[in-house]
Amino acid sequence: MTAENVTHLDERLSQSTVRAVKDTRAYTAFRVINGTLLVIIAAVTLYPFVNLVAQAFSSESYINAGQVNLWPKGFNVTTFQLVMSDAMFWRNYQNTVYYTVVATLVAMVLTTTFAYAISKYNLKGRKVFIGIAVFTMFFNGGLIPNYVLVNELGLRNSVWAIALPNAISVFNLLVMKSFFENFSTELEEAAEIDGLSTYGKLWRIVLPLSKAVIATMILFYAVSFWNSWFAAFLYMDHRDLYPVTVYLRNLIAGATSVDGAAGSAEATQIAANVKAVTMLLTVLPIVCLYPFVQRYFVSGVMLGSVKQ
Amino acid sequence: MSTDGVTVAGGGSAQAALEHDPAASAVARTATAGPEGPQSRAARKRAAGHRTWRRALRRDWQLYTLLILPLVFFVVFRYVPMLGNVIAFRRFRPGGSIFGEEWVGLHYVRMFINDPTFWQVFQNTLVLGVLGLVIVFPLPIILALMLNELRSRRFKRLVQTISYLPHFMSVVIVAGLVFQLTAMRGTINQAITAFGGDAISFMQLAEWFRTIYVGSEIWQTVGWGTILYLAALSTVDPQLYEAARIDGANRWRQTWHVTLPGIRPTMVVLLILNIGSFLAVGFEKILLLYNPLLYPTADVIATYLYRVGIGSSQFSYATAIGLFEAIIGLTLVLSANAISRRVVGASLW
Repeated sequence: MTAENVTHLDERLSQSTVRAVKDTRAYTAFRVINGTLLVIIAAVTLYPFVNLVAQAFSSESYINAGQVNLWPKGFNVTTFQLVMSDAMFWRNYQNTVYYTVVATLVAMVLTTTFAYAISKYNLKGRKVFIGIAVFTMFFNGGLIPNYVLVNELGLRNSVWAIALPNAISVFNLLVMKSFFENFSTELEEAAEIDGLSTYGKLWRIVLPLSKAVIATMILFYAVSFWNSWFAAFLYMDHRDLYPVTVYLRNLIAGATSVDGAAGSAEATQIAANVKAVTMLLTVLPIVCLYPFVQRYFVSGVMLGSVKQ
Repeated sequence: MSTDGVTVAGGGSAQAALEHDPAASAVARTATAGPEGPQSRAARKRAAGHRTWRRALRRDWQLYTLLILPLVFFVVFRYVPMLGNVIAFRRFRPGGSIFGEEWVGLHYVRMFINDPTFWQVFQNTLVLGVLGLVIVFPLPIILALMLNELRSRRFKRLVQTISYLPHFMSVVIVAGLVFQLTAMRGTINQAITAFGGDAISFMQLAEWFRTIYVGSEIWQTVGWGTILYLAALSTVDPQLYEAARIDGANRWRQTWHVTLPGIRPTMVVLLILNIGSFLAVGFEKILLLYNPLLYPTADVIATYLYRVGIGSSQFSYATAIGLFEAIIGLTLVLSANAISRRVVGASLW
């Protein structure tokens, strides 16, 4: 299912709601209350972000006095300069980008090849392969065996500790599988008659025509790797190797402070402000991209639900 | 099932295929391909099944090569750790085999059964899991029904866009926002003092943790949870509403008798999935949010086993706890699935 299809669903949905001929007074009252409630829900959902931005641009004294809510008070950008001039922050930020790119690439290769193969109904053993994947959704080795395994394999302190253990999300796999299952058989047969091998078909016919689902999957993986912190927290021993989420986690837990203000009374003074700025810088890429990519996520989830 | 002769033929060809004897399998092929009547279908299928593995490999070998790397992934990073659970029954020495050194039987199981902290964290896990199921699970349904009543498509899309946003936040950010809002001079305490109350140090009082946890869970997950329900709602047949209206049903009764039954399969599937992950309550979030003062209510099985396992390197003991949790989770999914298949006819598989 593509994003356009989702839009059609939306349209059908709203058409079906415009079916009442004449509203009763009670129903009109209900609609007003319903609309108001939804406005409130949206406002409450958005509030923490608004508050975050307000704190990021406020001066510490106003934050500590509890006067910063919707709008910055004592506007300043010095904390921004402080955080952005912290070498460790930038290094960790670069690490996040690097880990996200590598892990997403690995995940995409493995997910796409497996999904393509198990989307072929005439593949012998297909059900076994699907079963092998699906079973891991319901039972897994747990924290300790995974931890021991990653250490034994010597993946510690490398990007592979993040990329390999989470290389296939079974949910994403099933989404891609159902997409490939709906792929035109005629097209593939034609390509086969023209002498393309399986690899050729996948690479030159199927993938170029699956850009929508591939983009969605890349987004799914990239966001989850961008947001992840625990694997790095477990397997990275040096702060040079942390992604920015671990940097932020340590900042929030009080385990580190920004270099410029380390160890002084000043450090605790600016704490709230620094946290707000760091959080803001960490979510920024996602919040900026979000309005443009959100509909792909939605269509991806719906695609996954079709076969369930 | 089938006549004796056919069964023998089928068995013979299967054997032939296993022995990789092309001549025998060719004979068997002609034998099974003969006109034996419909009752031999099972046998023929069995024979064909055995015979064509080789053919399948020859025909689809390129597809099978595509499977190799992903299968290696599943075996190494999913199934080996499953086997690694055996260290719950064996003594593990750091640096030793991941499958442990010697059998100790149920030693570690007995250990956690006699561990009062374990029962404390078990109870906390149950409480948070039940709260999640009872409070968080129904909310996306309600929100989806509310959104469905909106006539302005633009407004609907706006509310949806906003409500999805928290889902894309890292759990670290969520924890940061929770700290920010619950700080002594944070927004929540400002509201409390504005109404004449005393500021509460939320993150130091164990009795507030459950509220905070469930509240942040609602904030982050409910909007995103509506997606599947909205999709299900859009597939309800409009004629059903018309029929209900002609029968004199008002909006409320239409919702009750048409809409809700229409999205029931979706509800059941999501409920089963929720029940399955019932014990796996937000481990990462709790790890980020809690502190020793909050242990009485915040410490759950996963965080306890993290402290025991990674913190104090008692790998075997922590694995025993993890295995216990995983087995309960699996049992819950299987039973919920079986029950729902019997009762409502909807199931995961």
